[in-house]
Amino acid sequence: METIVSVKPFLAVLVSILAVPLIVASRNPNLRETWTFIAAGLKFLIIASMVPLLLSGSQIEYTIATVIPGVPIKLRVDPFGILFALVSSFLWIITSVYSIGYMRGLNEHSQTRYFSFFALSLSAAVGVAFSANLFTLFLFYEMLSFSTYPLVTHHQDMEARSSGRKYLLYIVGSSIGLVLPSMLLIYNLTGTLEFTSNGFMQGAGSPAVITILLMALIFGFAKAAVMPFHSWLPAAMVAPTPVSALLHAVAVVKVGVFCIFRIITGVFGANLLTSLNLDTLVCIIASFTMIAASLIALTQDNLKRRLAFSTIGQLSYIILGAALLTPKGLTGGMLHLATHAFGKITLFFCAGAIFVATGAKNISEMVGIGKRMPVTMAAFFIGSLSVIGLPPLGGFLSKWNLILGSLQAHRLSMLFVILLSSLLNAAYFLPIVYKAFFCTSEESLFENKIKEASYWCVIPLVITAIGSIAFFFYPEPFFSLANMAAENFLSARSVAAGASLLKP
Amino acid sequence: MEDVISFVISKYNYWCYIVLLMIGLYAMIVKNNLVKKIIGMNIFQTAIILFYVSISVKKEGTLPTIIIDPVTGTHTARAADYINPLPHVLMLTAIVVSVATLGIALALAIKIYKEYDTLEEDEIFAQIRKK
Amino acid sequence: MNQHLPAIIVTVPLLSAFVITAAGWLNKKLCFPIAIAALGVSLYCSISLLISVASGKIIIYNLGGWAPPWGISYTVDPLNCLVLVAVASVAFINIIATKKNVEEEYPDKIGAFYTLYVLFATGLIGIVITGDAFNLYVLLEIAALTGYALLGMGSRRAPLASLNYIFLGTIGACFYLLGVGYLYIATGSLNMKDLSAILPAIYHSKTILFAFIICLTGLFIKMALFPMHAWLPNAYTYASSPATSLIAPLTTKVMVYAMLRITLDVFTPQYSFGTIGISHSIVWIAIIAIIMGSLMALAQRGLKKMLSYIIVAEVGYMVGGLWLGNRAGITGSILHIINDAAMTLCLFLAVGNIIYKTKTDSFDDLKGLLKKMPLTMGAFILGGLSIIGVPPTCGFFSKWYLISGGLAAGHYAFVAALLFSSLVNVVLFFRIIEIGFFEPFKEHVSGHHECITDQIAGNRIMIEEAPAGMVIPLVIVAGFLIFLGLMTGNIVTSIIQFAIPAGIS
Repeated sequence: METIVSVKPFLAVLVSILAVPLIVASRNPNLRETWTFIAAGLKFLIIASMVPLLLSGSQIEYTIATVIPGVPIKLRVDPFGILFALVSSFLWIITSVYSIGYMRGLNEHSQTRYFSFFALSLSAAVGVAFSANLFTLFLFYEMLSFSTYPLVTHHQDMEARSSGRKYLLYIVGSSIGLVLPSMLLIYNLTGTLEFTSNGFMQGAGSPAVITILLMALIFGFAKAAVMPFHSWLPAAMVAPTPVSALLHAVAVVKVGVFCIFRIITGVFGANLLTSLNLDTLVCIIASFTMIAASLIALTQDNLKRRLAFSTIGQLSYIILGAALLTPKGLTGGMLHLATHAFGKITLFFCAGAIFVATGAKNISEMVGIGKRMPVTMAAFFIGSLSVIGLPPLGGFLSKWNLILGSLQAHRLSMLFVILLSSLLNAAYFLPIVYKAFFCTSEESLFENKIKEASYWCVIPLVITAIGSIAFFFYPEPFFSLANMAAENFLSARSVAAGASLLKP
Repeated sequence: MEDVISFVISKYNYWCYIVLLMIGLYAMIVKNNLVKKIIGMNIFQTAIILFYVSISVKKEGTLPTIIIDPVTGTHTARAADYINPLPHVLMLTAIVVSVATLGIALALAIKIYKEYDTLEEDEIFAQIRKK
Repeated sequence: MNQHLPAIIVTVPLLSAFVITAAGWLNKKLCFPIAIAALGVSLYCSISLLISVASGKIIIYNLGGWAPPWGISYTVDPLNCLVLVAVASVAFINIIATKKNVEEEYPDKIGAFYTLYVLFATGLIGIVITGDAFNLYVLLEIAALTGYALLGMGSRRAPLASLNYIFLGTIGACFYLLGVGYLYIATGSLNMKDLSAILPAIYHSKTILFAFIICLTGLFIKMALFPMHAWLPNAYTYASSPATSLIAPLTTKVMVYAMLRITLDVFTPQYSFGTIGISHSIVWIAIIAIIMGSLMALAQRGLKKMLSYIIVAEVGYMVGGLWLGNRAGITGSILHIINDAAMTLCLFLAVGNIIYKTKTDSFDDLKGLLKKMPLTMGAFILGGLSIIGVPPTCGFFSKWYLISGGLAAGHYAFVAALLFSSLVNVVLFFRIIEIGFFEPFKEHVSGHHECITDQIAGNRIMIEEAPAGMVIPLVIVAGFLIFLGLMTGNIVTSIIQFAIPAGIS
């Protein structure tokens, strides 16, 4: 594999940090938003410009600084990283449009602060995507934790404060309490933290140590919201909706699962996990979260909270994909990272649009809303179908691959878990849509007159909904990237196991 | 028993400084009046000065000055006869330090007295607590 | 000229102290430029010394040309050049940052303040650079005496707190002096190089053991290692902010340096960590110091006192790191001397600005401060993140080495204590951020009908930042925390690794 040294990944990380002073300095809101757009656009272009190189099979590296011997702050772009970076930077552009509609629509305070920290968070997310070693990953992970705090607590009221506390307690507490010591222990055991395609922990410690480290890292990256480290996510829904949309459907939570994906593939590696039978353990943890979160979601009336629990469940699909350790499983997990992002962001956008237009937050207040906001609710329907995983939507592709992966891994139980969880997804999403459109006029809480939110809000959600559909028909370059990444991660799988696995 | 007594007596300079040290420490910790504490601090410092001076002593030793030999009329420096001058020199500095410390401590005590009209620690604390 | 740098770095500020006093009689405006010029010379000297000793060179300067062991020699080696730069730069930056504050706080004592200030810096620089055990005592007392006076020039309660510091500080210094006396009895020498050559032959002697322990005890009192920390919090809390932001970052750190010098250089590490077998207990004391310091910080309702207790915990970091006795731990300890000096400077300068504007440092009066003083609070938060240990701020990297050292030594309790203190620090700083950020609570929460009142409420708090002369240095220090963090690799590979005796793995 060819390795190219280029400053591009660093620029991609840096561009939104550099936008922050400009955003702060601009007095005029229009100018401020222009900077956001320029930064978002540039970021996406830089990242997109690296895709062809990646598809041709090379990697891009850039070392920022050597801080500890053997552990530099280093960026490396591989297919998996760029897949994530591509999704999050693309959705940042859309969310910026939406943010303008939402924040101006509600006349929110402190918009400058909001846009500044938003830009910082994106830098951190892309930084995580491009991290070449565990230390760099941790650095950007922490940067993301602290730069999203002001966003989560944007309203600056009592509720925001208690949610902010919970957020920090879970996210920072687990990262300092679990990830940091595990990382140091790994460094002390192996002398390196650099991700490799098959892991570097082979023979580094006794099975007990490996198990403890794996568990500490899976739960320590609490942004992945693996139960029981999940309850910050519903609490963080007090944030303005664009924040929930981008950060709690895409950047923050996906960073969490991205980290776990990296840990499983790049630190421990497939061979080690299968030889210790730890993949089964991770599968069990993931499937528990999938089912339990879906069941809790059924009981939530607040729309954003229901979406939050749905997110918790969907994140574990991705972890499950990683834990299957089969080509299709990994591909499915990585694709789900992208498809779920499109699907869930649509749903959050819809929730926000409903709030802006009507002020309704609870599902029980949304009976008949389809007649008032048909476009929004249609997009909501598409988004929920994608999350459930029905064709012809992007979500189907990822779930299909996950199912194939579980067959490849000879884990029929996981197949049933995926199907059951998808059924539950349908059970908590479809009634909302049904009630919105098909209710008697007595039941309906809204007048039969179309009144959508502003275009700034509607256009983005239409785009992401269309994106969900388009993903099914044109899954490139994501599909190739995910395939390449999966091949890389499993390239050193022992031959005996590989022979049966690599058969389609 | 005799061994112990001879041990104690042979090191009497150490015992002296330790006793003084303890008196100073006692005053600093137990006394209620700030000036008494300052005096205790001074005793504490003096004990160490005494220790230094005592270790330089030599039996039949004399001042480290060059003496004109009455017989030969030459200047001779007989190191074996001199007491060690270095600890004395060091203690000159230490005395200066202790005077300076005393000066600052007393200055602060005056400030405290102006503030609280008393130098008894418990009364000062009572006043602080009242506020 | 260049070969005299080790002398100039001490003598220029020392002599300038007299000039400042005299200038104070003539015209108060002259004091500040003279002081800043003297400290500038020291800073320049320290940086050029750092450059010349990088990669392991050692400079020995004999004062007055008297060769050791008779004369006093000044030594600059990789161990102390870093601390030298830290001391000189903290003194230099702080004097600029607090100029306005000093003018308002002591309108008629400017001459006295700057004299003491410069002498204090002289004392600390001297402690760091000297190669003579007794000279170290003298300079220790110069720094301490001026420190007492500076701390005593504060609020109502300052004199009493400072007097307590005098008592404990004197005990500490006297213990050190006593230890040096015993070393002198046993070896007949006071020069550190000389001592380290003579001592190994007589390591079996009880006198040496006593001298070692009593020296250390003295330094432990001086550096406020728990449970000998009682003097520190009050003394730092009630002093005026310009004095605190000078003394708090430096005193304890320089004492830690003195401990490093004694344990690694005067005595051999084999003796300090091996033969006498106290290292394990000292690490445990450090663990207790970290935990108690953090817990007591949690109980405070004032910024300065909270930071003072954080210093108590940080001292535990450095002492524990050294006594782990392995390369990573000692690296962490040395690194933390510099990093902690920078972090505490940043925090205390920020608190100084807050007090300058609001006249108080109580938590209850921080409401809305994030809006009122965004730059100051931004720097404060950055300092807080560094204390917590968030990469890429410098605090993370020293913690990294300390934890690595703990893992390598198998001392998991120390690792746990460090993590515990990090978590407590998260609570400490985010509590302040919460008060500054959320309170005073607005009547209406967002929601589209209350938007208009919301806007007004948001705009009601106007920006009231401290003067630019105070904010700019603070922002520079805050930026420096990140710079220092990114430079860690260079600092460790080109300086610190040569500071650690070769025998330590």
